[in-house]
Parts: sequence; C-alpha cells; structure tokens
Amino acid sequence: MKEKIEEKLRAAFGEDILAVAEHRGELTVGVKRDRIADVCRFLKEDPELSFNYLSDICGSDMLDFEDLSSRKSYLAVEHEHRPEPVPNEERFEVIYNMISLKNKSRVRLKVKVDGESPVCPSVISVYKSADWYERETYDMFGITFEGHPDMRRIYMPEEYEYYPLRKDFPLMGVPGSIPLPRK
Amino acid sequence: MSTSSENKREISQILKVLEDRDTNVVVDDPLENYMVLNMGPQHPATHGVLRLLVKLEGETVVDCIPEMGYLHRGYEKIAEASTYMEFIPHTDRLDYISPIANNVAIALAIEKLAGIEAPPRAQYIRVIGAELARISSHLMAIGAMAMDVGAMTVFLWAFREREKLYDVFDLLTGVRFTTSYTRIGGVAQDMTDETKAAIEKFIDEFPIHHHEIEKMLNRNRIFLDRTVGVGVINGETGLEVGLTGATLRASGVEHDIRTFSPYLVYDLLSFDVITENDGDCFARYMVRMREMLESVKIVRQALDKIPQGPIKADMPKKVLPKKERIYTKMEELIHDFVLVNDGINPEPGEIYSAIEGSKGELGFYIKSNGSGRPWRLKIRSPSFCNLQALPLIVKGQMISDVVAIIGSIDPIMGEADK
Repeated sequence: MKEKIEEKLRAAFGEDILAVAEHRGELTVGVKRDRIADVCRFLKEDPELSFNYLSDICGSDMLDFEDLSSRKSYLAVEHEHRPEPVPNEERFEVIYNMISLKNKSRVRLKVKVDGESPVCPSVISVYKSADWYERETYDMFGITFEGHPDMRRIYMPEEYEYYPLRKDFPLMGVPGSIPLPRK
Repeated sequence: MSTSSENKREISQILKVLEDRDTNVVVDDPLENYMVLNMGPQHPATHGVLRLLVKLEGETVVDCIPEMGYLHRGYEKIAEASTYMEFIPHTDRLDYISPIANNVAIALAIEKLAGIEAPPRAQYIRVIGAELARISSHLMAIGAMAMDVGAMTVFLWAFREREKLYDVFDLLTGVRFTTSYTRIGGVAQDMTDETKAAIEKFIDEFPIHHHEIEKMLNRNRIFLDRTVGVGVINGETGLEVGLTGATLRASGVEHDIRTFSPYLVYDLLSFDVITENDGDCFARYMVRMREMLESVKIVRQALDKIPQGPIKADMPKKVLPKKERIYTKMEELIHDFVLVNDGINPEPGEIYSAIEGSKGELGFYIKSNGSGRPWRLKIRSPSFCNLQALPLIVKGQMISDVVAIIGSIDPIMGEADK
C-alpha cells in the first residue's frame, strides 16, 4: 500500500513531492506548501486510495532541533542519525494525518512553513474537519491558514499576544500576560 | 418607529454584555426575534466547562458556537519539558473517566517510538484494564445522558456499578481514580488471583444490572420521545466533520481502531464492532449499551487466555527494573537512576499511535530528536473532534434537546481542552 501511495503521488505531482520517509513502518510524505490542498484532494478523491477521513492536523516548531546540549546524557546514547539544524525558512512544520477506511491505512503529509511569516494554505475546502484543527495550530504556533473562514484562537483568550507551543515561549509562561476578567 | 430603534439599541447592549472579551459572536442580523443564549461554562448539562453560545429563534436553535479552553492546562507544553515516563501520570487527567485507557495509549505510543514490545501478560492486562475503563466511561455517559433528559434513577444505578469498578481498579492498580498504571514496556504491578476473582465477579454480575438499565430506558416513553430522531447526523457528514468512536458508529460507519489497525492482542480476541444506522441520540445510546456487553465479552476471553510470565519487557536500557532489585543490585540501581533522570532517548523520528479509547480514536503523535524528552507530543483527543460536530447537529433542534445531544456525544472537557 505504501509503495502505491508513493508511486501515485509522484506520478501526479512530480517535483512537488519533496521527501518520502518511513519510520517504524509509517509513511511520511513531504509536500510543497502551495500544493497541500491539491494533494489532499487527490488523496481523498482517488478511488483506489480514498483517504476520506482527516484524523488530525498539528504543528511543530523546529527551532534548535539539533541542540542536544540541554540533555543530561548519563547513558551517552549515540544514535545513528543525529538531528540536523533546520533553517529559519523551514522553522515550522504542519503535519496532516489521514485515514483511508477502505484500505485500512494511514498516511502523514508534512508541509514546511517559513519562520518569519508563517502562512499555510487551508485544507478546509477538502476536509471540513480541518476547521478546528487549523484553529488549534494557529492558536499554539501562530501559523495562519489562508482561506480559513474563521481564523480565531481556540484555547487561549483572543487578545493573548503569544503562541505557547513555540520553542521560544518559556515553560512557566509570561507573568501577567493573561488579564483578569473585567468586572 | 422610535420604539423599534430603541429596542434594537437595547438588544445590541445585551449582546455586548454576552460577548465578553473572550468571545466574538457574529450576529448577522440582530432582529427582535433572535435571542442569544449563553450556556455554560458552569452548567450541569455541559459535563464540565464547555461553553455554548446558542442563537435562538423562538425555541429553535439557529446557530451555535462552542467556546473551548476553560480547562486548558497546556499538557503538550508540559510534555516537552518532562521525560517520557514523567508524562504518563498527566494522561490520567485527560479523559478522567477512563484513565487506564489513556495510560495504555501513551505507553503504546512511547513503545512504538522506542521500539519496545511489552510481554504478552502485560498486553492482556492492558486489554482488560482498557475494556473495564470503557465500561466505566460508557456507564457515566449513559447515566449522565439519562439524567439530562430526566431519568435520575439510571444515573444512580450507573454510579453504583462504577463504584464496583473503582474497587476493581483499586485492586488492580492500587488507586481508584488516577491510576497511572502502565509503564514503558509493561504495567506497574501484576494482576493477582484476588484481582482476577474480583474482575470475574464483576463481569458475571454486570449483565444483570445492564439489563436493568435496558428495561428502564429502552421502551420508556419519555426517554424515547426525548432521544429518537433528535440530533440526527448521517455517516457521510460524520466522517466529513471528524466524528469518531461510538458517536460515529451510531451513524452506521463501521470504524473501530481495534479492528482498523489491531494493537495489543485484539486480533486474538473475538468481538463485534457495534453499529446503529439512525445516527440520532437513541442510536448513540444503543451503541454504548451494546458496546459494554462486547467489552464484557472481551474481558472474559482475556481472563481465559491470559498467560503467566513477566509483566515488563526485559530491556534494561529502556525499561525500569523491579523495585526490590533496585535495592539489592548495583547494576539495577544505576539503570534506575539513569532512566529516571535522563529518560529513554528514543532514536530521532516521528510516530503516530492510536487506540480506540472510550470516546473514540485517542492518538499520540510524538517526535523525538534523540533526547530523553519528546520534541513534540500532540494529543489527538476524541472529545475535541466530536465537539466539532456539535454546531452541525444542534442546528434546527429545540433548545431543550441541546442537553440531550451533548449528553449523547459525551464530551470530556479535560480531554478536549488538554
């Protein structure tokens, strides 16, 4: 199944499929940012693949991904692959998890988003369930989804200035950043 | 028409008060015949701190905006700062009605990332724990839903059964509520014969009490009037908006992670995936009722088939050693120290692992950069996904049906808000 997905995607999108990786038996397909909605539509509408259920969208901040200095390594585990530094143009990742009920298989798409002005096309025209997932990603990482009709925060207050899951946001939060309710 | 414009001003003032700083309600046309009702976050029928803004025309719901985040505790951020082991207790607080299922989900995800496999006995114990948690969760869902539509008795009966389950959990895990029962590579403690006997007693008696609830509700005129044909959603739309779990199966979609991608030992056990075709509140109730009996079936098979053997994988560099060995053996003491302080350092990479939790697909996406703490841990919580469909389901329904619909969706805000 995985070979078929890869083959079909490469045939349909060619250069726009940037990377295909497999880890622990799971397929991850890197897609060019502007083509993500087309790739989703292709996966959903192709009668053989029919990835008709979007299970999840999440963001990830890759700032200082290679930095292991904070790790107190008593075990001195040396892995085969060391993480590589990620340039600022690819600081954020948006990860899409799709399910095909027909084939009982999953696929994961990945899009790299610029760290300066994080913008990503919305897939809400393909999957309606992307609505809240994209809002959550926006709330946590500040990635704006173009074409989303209701780009509001979902957990944090609307006027909150920070994006909590970014790596440069401190774990303890910013004191005083959440205002008390008005009387 | 001075009165009309005065009226309008008055209404817009009321709307202003309702729209506090956390919420933007876009009311296209604030005419006199629409009313905006604020429901929650402190409302007994919202099962937690869900807040709904409901726009009404008479008693009919025209629009509904759920507001989330009142229980947001930032678990994904906490996960990035704690070792894999340290995060297991936090999962108890996600879906606090069925903590063992969450423990199993996170343990499976970490094991997949680090390439560990729990021994068979531990896998069977996990299945038993997760299924008992499902019964506990479904009892809560049915009891609360019945109470929302006026049947107090069922709520008390359901809680009596849940109390027995908590006694079982107490024997199995040592704790009643926040169990933190799984460990990386196994479970915390073995299932004793006493526990086994207690579980057997529970599953022998449970179908009798299950039948009592059925007798009380299945042909109850009031209950049927409040649930049949209320809050209908069809399977296609359900898939489109991301419904999951029992709520999706009530719309006729046969999707269950236990058969979709079998984990643990589910492929060795025989059970049915329950579906109903109507997609209304009553169908969701029926799916839960029938699923509880399937869970009993699974637990019974698991108790019959459970092998003897170790309850933790034998991988000293990844799995915590036994307590008594830590106190007596130097090597184990060192390993324990390193594992607790440093973590298990999985290879760089990313995985997504999901189980069929009691509310639906409970998944964890974990990315590792090779250190002892997850680089990114995303919780895919079923309650969040189910709530997304709520505005669609309640549209066109009566205001009094909103509570029945929320009850039938069974959201747990600890999980939805993370």
